[in-house]
Amino acid sequence: MAFRIIASQCTQCGACEFECPSGAIKFKGEAYVIDPNKCTECKEAFELQQCAYVCPVPKTCVPAPA
Amino acid sequence: MSAPMISLESLTSTTTMNQLLATAKSGACTSSSCGSSAKPDDFDPAIWEKIKDHPCYSEEAHHYFARMHVAVAPACNIQCNYCNRKYDCANESRPGVVSEKLTPDQALRKIVAVANEVPQLSVLGIAGPGDACYDWKKTKATFERVAREIPDIKLCLSTNGLALPDHVGELADMNVDHVTITINMVDPDVGAKIYPWIFHDHRRYTGLEAAKILHDRQMSGLEMLTARGILTKINSVMIPGINDEHLLEVNKWVKERGAFLHNVMPLISNPAHGTHYGLTGQRGPQADELKALQDRLDGGAKLMRHCRQCRADAVGLLGEDRGREFTLDQIPGEVSYDASKREAYREVVARERGDHVAAKKEAIGMIKAAGSIGTLSFAVATKGGGRINEHFGHAKEFQVYEASASGISFVGHRKVEQYCRGGWGEEHALETVIAALEGIDIVLCAKIGDCPKDQLREAGTRAIDDYGYDYIETAISALYAEESGAEPLTATA
Repeated sequence: MAFRIIASQCTQCGACEFECPSGAIKFKGEAYVIDPNKCTECKEAFELQQCAYVCPVPKTCVPAPA
Repeated sequence: MSAPMISLESLTSTTTMNQLLATAKSGACTSSSCGSSAKPDDFDPAIWEKIKDHPCYSEEAHHYFARMHVAVAPACNIQCNYCNRKYDCANESRPGVVSEKLTPDQALRKIVAVANEVPQLSVLGIAGPGDACYDWKKTKATFERVAREIPDIKLCLSTNGLALPDHVGELADMNVDHVTITINMVDPDVGAKIYPWIFHDHRRYTGLEAAKILHDRQMSGLEMLTARGILTKINSVMIPGINDEHLLEVNKWVKERGAFLHNVMPLISNPAHGTHYGLTGQRGPQADELKALQDRLDGGAKLMRHCRQCRADAVGLLGEDRGREFTLDQIPGEVSYDASKREAYREVVARERGDHVAAKKEAIGMIKAAGSIGTLSFAVATKGGGRINEHFGHAKEFQVYEASASGISFVGHRKVEQYCRGGWGEEHALETVIAALEGIDIVLCAKIGDCPKDQLREAGTRAIDDYGYDYIETAISALYAEESGAEPLTATA
């Protein structure tokens, strides 16, 4: 259970990094990456996934395939 | 004319420090306080002190001082229909566009490098490319580092206002005394057509609800800034058919809440930019529509007419952008601040400005004494310093002035394609320059060739280079007086 960022569409604005309540998002190399082991999909913190709702590009921060 | 010709140009283009300092010290007055005589009559002294070196807040200052933006704040909390956050191109010049995002430490290096090389630098602004108040940690870290290193640099930022109320206290503590808020509406119904969504308090809001929250936060942010004595500039994007008429209402609201300056800018809309407005064919205003609205707004909150809608990483005087000279790869890993160039420049400007104000006063007196002949419009080629000091063919923009019985006013600028490159003129470029100068009575420049001069005359515009290196107002008043008086203007041509 985690979200992921489609690197080719990411603008590298970094909003997701500081909105993430779990510290799961870091800038690595050329893009922001979500650590699936740390991502909680914001459960117990917020109603909605912060990274996906702050992301300025549609369909760029999405649920990772199971 | 009246000025001792210690030209600003010799300062800004000089390469050796000794030369620079010799120029700075060659004048009679070395007191740093003599610049205060340059205060135009219509400003409160306390306010003048705050704006006199800020090119964006004072039309008068924009002839002398330069700003730089550092793109440290890429994250944004709202989506605007005129903005596409993916866009990035070194050849584009418009707000929100940037080629190189910087960390606060990289930004400091860049600012020090620019301060060492660009003596006109007086202001550091953070204008995104996202929102400086939302991406607050980076904005704050940058300001703190810069204030430690270059204590006399003015700090300013621009914001959409949504996160602004959370940081007004810290802004005041850091001596940020200029804040720009982009306010495009005071009616959420209008706002819903401009902002598809906002991210606030950990939620995404859309439609009317989003616009209502944004509006409330913008107004309270503005009121808080006014209460703290922080000068505010309100930027509004003029979007024909959406908020053009409505900006009269916006002007009224922001004036009531203490806004210092209102800057109405044209929407820049192009399908290639990938913005919602660009893709849906929403057009921007024509130059005459913009000017007509600005004229109707006169008398409300003070209008800014010299905005160049610069990039979020622009460097230099408002009409120029030297950003490409200062990309990170051109800056050494370690740079230390050397205040000497900026200090020398300030001394000369202080002296030069007093002289300019006196020349202006004389010019306006001359116009008022001349009989009324309606309005004459002038397009001026200038490199700064308030003088006619650019060749016609080298100008990338012309500053537009109007002279009438009530005086001389700066009314805007017209960007043009540079006509002369590497020594010869390009026919096609000349045609576009002439088209851009439509409606202008007189072009003032330091030098112009016979061919462009003749073509301009055919298009109904006189080009005059007899006043090269004079103050702009001095030339305008002389020509106005001549036009109204007995002698026909052809005598000078």
